[in-house]
Amino acid sequence: MSAALDFPASPLEGVARASQRSVAAGRGRTRKRVQRVLFTVAGLVVFVVSVFPVYWMVSTALLPNRKIRSVDPTFAPISPTLDNFRTVLKRDTQFPFLDALRVSLSVTTVAVAVALVIGLLAALAITRFTFLGRRGFIFLIIAIQMLPGEAMIISLFRLLDGWHLTNTVLGLSAVYVAAVLPFTIWTLRGFVAGIPVELEEAAMIDGCSRLRSFRSITLPLIGPGLVATGVFAFIQAWNEFVLALVLMNRPDHLTLPVWLRSFRQVNSGTDWGAIMAGSTLMTIPVIVFFLFVQGRMASGLVSGAVKG
Amino acid sequence: MSGAVAARIKRRSPLPYLFLAPTFVLLVVLTGYPLVRLLVMSTQKYGRAQVFGAPPEFVGLANYRAVLTDPTFWTVLARSAVFCVVNVAITMALGMLVALLLTKLGKFMRLTVTVGLLLAWAMPALTAIVIWGWMFDTQYGVLNWLLSAAGMNMLGHSWLIQPISFFFVATVVITWQSIPFVAFTLYAGLTQVPEELIEAAELDGASAFQRFRLITYPLLRPVIMLLTMLSVIWDLRVFTQIFALQDAGGITAKTSTIGVYIYQLGVAQGRFDTGSAIAVILVVIMLAVSFVYVRQVIQEDVS
Repeated sequence: MSAALDFPASPLEGVARASQRSVAAGRGRTRKRVQRVLFTVAGLVVFVVSVFPVYWMVSTALLPNRKIRSVDPTFAPISPTLDNFRTVLKRDTQFPFLDALRVSLSVTTVAVAVALVIGLLAALAITRFTFLGRRGFIFLIIAIQMLPGEAMIISLFRLLDGWHLTNTVLGLSAVYVAAVLPFTIWTLRGFVAGIPVELEEAAMIDGCSRLRSFRSITLPLIGPGLVATGVFAFIQAWNEFVLALVLMNRPDHLTLPVWLRSFRQVNSGTDWGAIMAGSTLMTIPVIVFFLFVQGRMASGLVSGAVKG
Repeated sequence: MSGAVAARIKRRSPLPYLFLAPTFVLLVVLTGYPLVRLLVMSTQKYGRAQVFGAPPEFVGLANYRAVLTDPTFWTVLARSAVFCVVNVAITMALGMLVALLLTKLGKFMRLTVTVGLLLAWAMPALTAIVIWGWMFDTQYGVLNWLLSAAGMNMLGHSWLIQPISFFFVATVVITWQSIPFVAFTLYAGLTQVPEELIEAAELDGASAFQRFRLITYPLLRPVIMLLTMLSVIWDLRVFTQIFALQDAGGITAKTSTIGVYIYQLGVAQGRFDTGSAIAVILVVIMLAVSFVYVRQVIQEDVS
């Protein structure tokens, strides 16, 4: 728009302007260099603030107790010890870590597996078919996703208690399936929609049955989507706290997040080394999985939202 | 897209209903039914006696009346709302700054910052609060030590016994964990803003702030709205962080947010009736707040 206004009125004015510009460019270069340094410093600050707590967790976990309980903090575990990890892994504590690990692993695995199978079927239904009630169903699963778990704890507790399913892997994983299912369906829907239905149709024209064409064409293509969705669901279930807190309360039936909390309560003189060791053990799988899928989440959200 | 719609074959096939059946059954049993029970319980007298077999008596809207006339409820609700607004504002502002910073950094620094943010994002909420609780520890916390080394006498200072500093700690942990997602998403959005537009504005003499306000912001508006929406939804129902901080020696009475309040009434004190009434109110609030988000998601499905 302003390009027409900028057009020099005479050739001379054009030259004058050009020389002005090159002076400005010289000044601009030093300014750019200063800016670059400032940005790098800001970047370092963001990095340190983000990473320090994680570093502090691992570092504390590796320190002997007398170093942890000292007024001057130790910033680097020069002579690391695995004592805290040994304390955590001991079997004869009141709240055994290995039991919590087993409960967390089984609940999460069952929940993710069931949610993926059921969720894939539902995702296929809403992407590959038009049917009466399709929009209503979509509205329903998104609305359900918005239901706060905190609001549901009372009735879920009464429900599972009535069915004698508190403190069981079956009960908690069923609740988790319901919790991650809407999100699973919605994510898988995106992946299924990305695979052209024409591929399946071509296979059907070549004489494949509908099921066979799905199995040999779509399923392999959707593999990465299933993995990514599964990992997200895993992280959600692995980290869940409120429902596990209420539905699992026997010392040998806690999930890891609830275990972490109990561990702290029991020892009135809090054993920080052990807590940090437990936190580290609980966090490692999440970080590994996270690095694996992180890119998809942010870019997925943007590709949906910027279009408009 | 319309081709794909036309290609959806077998319009009258029972297949989609068959595919949806397991989901439907599961959600009816584990979400629908508890929701109905919640509604029913909220209109009954339901306490410990009823848990042990006494038949519950219907009391109409008495529980709601009790809740809505209870000043504590309003205090808790207002506290949740203020806490939510403050956290969302900080998260969005800092998230935007970090996103802009990412566009200015060289390749190596950008990767470094990205890895740092990822680690903070990946932490389970409970682990995060435990670690920060340790760093804010009265006696052995590294932050009190650092602040004292910087000249403030903070050794032995307890952060969790006063509501303001309690919520300060909670805000630090929550924003620390939510900024990465906001920053990454906004950064992804920023990379889609055409560079020519920015350069043209720069040549026209627009300041950095003007360029942001007049070009970047309008283009990113849909993403910003969506992120603000999601942050409001997440921060309004904050539970784990507040609960865990109270656990770690904070005061309960003046720091409960609405989710924690429901837990205290309904689970810890066994007042299932009033707890349920508050839970229903929370569900209504959440659905109202997320209406905009739900509508946008559904519109996307249509386009």
